[in-house]
Amino acid sequence: MAAPRFHRLRGRIVPVLIDDIDTDQIIPARYLKTTAREGLAEGLFAGWRSSAADSQRPFPLDDPRFQGGSILLAGENFGCGSSREHAPWALLDHGFRAVIAPSFADIFRSNAQKNGLLPVSLPEEVHRPLADAVLRNPRIEVTVDLERLAVELPGGTTVGFEADPFTRICLLRGVDPLGYLLDQGDLLADFERRRPAPFDTRSAAGAPP
Amino acid sequence: MGHTPRTLFDKIWRRHVVAEPEDAGMPATLFVDLHLIHEVTSPQAFAELDRRRLKVRRPDLTVATMDHSTPTAPGSTRPGWRLVDPEAADQLDRLEDNCRRHGVPLFPLGDRRQGIVHVIGPELGLTQPGSVIVCGDSHTSTHGAFGAFAFGIGTSEVGHVLATQTLLQHKPPTLEIHISGRLGTGVTAKDLVLGILARVGVDGGTGHVVEYTGAAVRGLDMEGRMTVCNMSIEAGARAGMVAPDEVTVDYLRGRPYAPTGDGFDRAAESWLGLAGDPGAQHDRRVELDGSALAPMITWGTNPGMAVPVGGRLPRIAEVPHERRAGVKKALAYMGFREGASIQGRPVDVVFVGSCTNSRLSDLEAAARVLDGRRIADGLRMLVVPGSRRVKAEAEDRGLDDVFRAAGAEWREAGCSMCLAMNGDRLAPGQVAVSTSNRNFEGRQGPGGRTLLASPVTAAACAVAGRVVDPREVL
Ligand code: SF4
Repeated sequence: MAAPRFHRLRGRIVPVLIDDIDTDQIIPARYLKTTAREGLAEGLFAGWRSSAADSQRPFPLDDPRFQGGSILLAGENFGCGSSREHAPWALLDHGFRAVIAPSFADIFRSNAQKNGLLPVSLPEEVHRPLADAVLRNPRIEVTVDLERLAVELPGGTTVGFEADPFTRICLLRGVDPLGYLLDQGDLLADFERRRPAPFDTRSAAGAPP
Repeated sequence: MGHTPRTLFDKIWRRHVVAEPEDAGMPATLFVDLHLIHEVTSPQAFAELDRRRLKVRRPDLTVATMDHSTPTAPGSTRPGWRLVDPEAADQLDRLEDNCRRHGVPLFPLGDRRQGIVHVIGPELGLTQPGSVIVCGDSHTSTHGAFGAFAFGIGTSEVGHVLATQTLLQHKPPTLEIHISGRLGTGVTAKDLVLGILARVGVDGGTGHVVEYTGAAVRGLDMEGRMTVCNMSIEAGARAGMVAPDEVTVDYLRGRPYAPTGDGFDRAAESWLGLAGDPGAQHDRRVELDGSALAPMITWGTNPGMAVPVGGRLPRIAEVPHERRAGVKKALAYMGFREGASIQGRPVDVVFVGSCTNSRLSDLEAAARVLDGRRIADGLRMLVVPGSRRVKAEAEDRGLDDVFRAAGAEWREAGCSMCLAMNGDRLAPGQVAVSTSNRNFEGRQGPGGRTLLASPVTAAACAVAGRVVDPREVL
């Protein structure tokens, strides 16, 4: 996989305005039997999509009003629970490039960034009016600009957001974190020389008699 | 004068920094002492290594097992048993192939060391105090019970660790959760951690490393400490940890991968020196009174939605405005009424297992309740030991007979109904009392409803066929 990039994204919004959306909802475990990163969109929000279909009120992803949105707008603590990177893979596979929420769970944030799916935290006082605006007019667009660390809202106002400097550099310049680590090989070799291993997992130590 | 007082976490962090951050806001490069892998979150990482023609740098610090999608039907570990699910079979084959090609030791299905990744690390003595331990699994926090910095990572990071044995990490802040007092009868480590989650909420620890301190934590055995640290992630925490003490040292003595002879004594001495220095400051602190805790159970769709078994569900009017939508949604999914009591709710399935509560002491606690009793008519109870070793130890003690005589299923080791990937799952609408760690919608099967509780409470509910306070039967 080439290092993902993210610069600037202009797009429409799909609102899933629920707090504490866990990664089991984003992609249920039964979709994790794959050995690939692609093709996971089928499982995206599968549980909620199927129960919404039963109730005749489409889940936002299937609501014609929100088709083609590339930005997911979610509630706070988005992506809590399991560490499955299948969650950002599924969101990307569906066509999302950014998620806006008041806050994110730790591991999800890290996984998303590594795949070029940008997590954008906006404070409640910006998030709520944005949600209201999308529900009133699903066709509004926003721009997420990682270079300027700013979101341009409909109507022309701009709000800032934070990204950690390393992630920002990686995504803007297409720096590959694994390549960065591999470049530190000499420092690592020194460190390993000073550090005797406490065991060798390959030894028969754990083998049953 | 000496250096500034350091916390347990500070001491471990400092010893693992391979490269300091170049600038403020940049990550440090951290060395990993133990990398645990399993079938679900590793195939894409190995594929990335292959694509770049990289080798696993330290197979000697890496170990793999099969746990998430493996069958647990009795007898399913015997040679010749075939997996019916072709996708799961492919995933297991892939792990075997990856491990063979890269020289990574694997404890496959049928191996007597196989089991849930967070159960086998400690029982084999691979989990050692002062280590940095990672796994592509959020419950890696379990290993923090030994005074290790242990945390879950995504698959991209699994690839980083396979290739370099290091990770890029920002130094997280720390949160001390201090639990004073002594836990009462029928109140276990699980109730303690559910009590903590009810108090701090599912994002109360986001980004922090939690250190659990206080008499109630010191009073727990290693398996209880693992239960508490296991669920740190349910508060959003990066990791949870308990400072090593004599209980830790005693647990590790004689374990297969632990040091031996003089080496063990020297290691023990350094482990005991890891505890935070007097006066060391955490970034935040929360206090709880352990003696005030009762047996807990969850009623909703995240682990923070927990109440004492004898308590009532929240009334919408009492819930802060911003939380009301979530509470309503959870009540609707669970089919519960606001303000109702949870006691007496009918239960269809009881699951004793998972990396939270599938160790020998958990099974013993459940067996004590079931001994000489029968589970309720029509109720299904699955007992799934965390590892082959736990299973063998339990059978040596005759626990399997107790479970079978009570009408429960005694199964093979694995994750099983904790995440319902292997076919062990609830039918839509069924209510389960489960000793696992997540009650998310559909976690144990689409449409299934999960009430999280301790093994003691779960067993008591199995006998009654409804939710009961375990102290009624103890
Ligand atoms: S038992 Fe459950 S929580 Fe633990 S590793 Fe397995 S699936 Fe994850």
